[in-house]
Amino acid sequence: MIMSNAVVVIISLAAGTYVLKSFGPLFLANERALPFWLKRFATLIPTPLLAALVMTSAVTNDDQFVFDARIAGVVAAIIALSKRVPFVFVVIIAAAATALWRLLIG
Amino acid sequence: MSELIAIRRKIRMQAISIGFAVAPFGAAFGALCTEAGLGTWEALGFSSFVFGGSSQFAAVTVLAEGGTIIAAVVAGLLLNLRSLAFGVVMAPSLQGSLLWRALTSQLMIDEATAVGSSQDSHDLRRYGYLWAGLSVFVLWNFMTWVGVALLSGTGTLIEDLGIDATIPAAFLGLVWPKLSSKDHRILAGVGVVLAFILVPFVPPGIPVIAAASAVLFFRPWREKNDHE
Repeated sequence: MIMSNAVVVIISLAAGTYVLKSFGPLFLANERALPFWLKRFATLIPTPLLAALVMTSAVTNDDQFVFDARIAGVVAAIIALSKRVPFVFVVIIAAAATALWRLLIG
Repeated sequence: MSELIAIRRKIRMQAISIGFAVAPFGAAFGALCTEAGLGTWEALGFSSFVFGGSSQFAAVTVLAEGGTIIAAVVAGLLLNLRSLAFGVVMAPSLQGSLLWRALTSQLMIDEATAVGSSQDSHDLRRYGYLWAGLSVFVLWNFMTWVGVALLSGTGTLIEDLGIDATIPAAFLGLVWPKLSSKDHRILAGVGVVLAFILVPFVPPGIPVIAAASAVLFFRPWREKNDHE
């Protein structure tokens, strides 16, 4: 049986990705074995990581900056969050603001 | 006790919301696969076995543009390098048997880590990780199939509905509670600046990993630490 290029990519990429995904859970899950500094890293790291994900998902496509109507959505989300709007509505408000911006301004 | 039930409900809501936020991109991925000449099972193979949104888009795009197998795999792996960092972050909260950890590792993606790591205790972090991971896994695969079956050629529907703004909004919603602390505001600011500077120069996925190095400013290896 000859495998298509896509199947070879799926198998190789899935295997490589799984190694990356599972390294921590398989080898570092025993918390007592972790040195204190690693635990401190683990509590601090999510903040810059999430903040960077906000930025990359808002103003980049692939490896380029693309400043578009998504920014209106993020601004709307900031306003909603500061008004203590529940999570699910924050997401919906962001989509609505961006859709409206594209409709009216382009 | 009822407080814990309320917190868990809030976490489930976050998990399901973020699942719905990424679901349309699953459909977009399915449509992309069809346009690239891939079949239903190949599209679903990517979505369930690779299960890493941006890496799937990258690999299929490379294939569609006539790139080699190696180029497609490397592009995908570079984007998934951050799952290694996520795994180290989440590991202390993911206790369980070896088999359980091996199975749940497959869920080590942005959204699961985001919901998980923004909770306060190990139990709740694990709870958020599993709920968000499963929510995204199920919706992502279902919508991949929808995309293959129905959506090929619908073009700009995601942009027209503003759905592309839901992802940054969801990540923002998750980091927001942490920003009440000054130290975390500094961490977030430094992280964003580092990632921003790197975007034009390195492959996608790397800026987010680099942002994590913002924690070095707090010298977390010191035994006593003033910043908490």
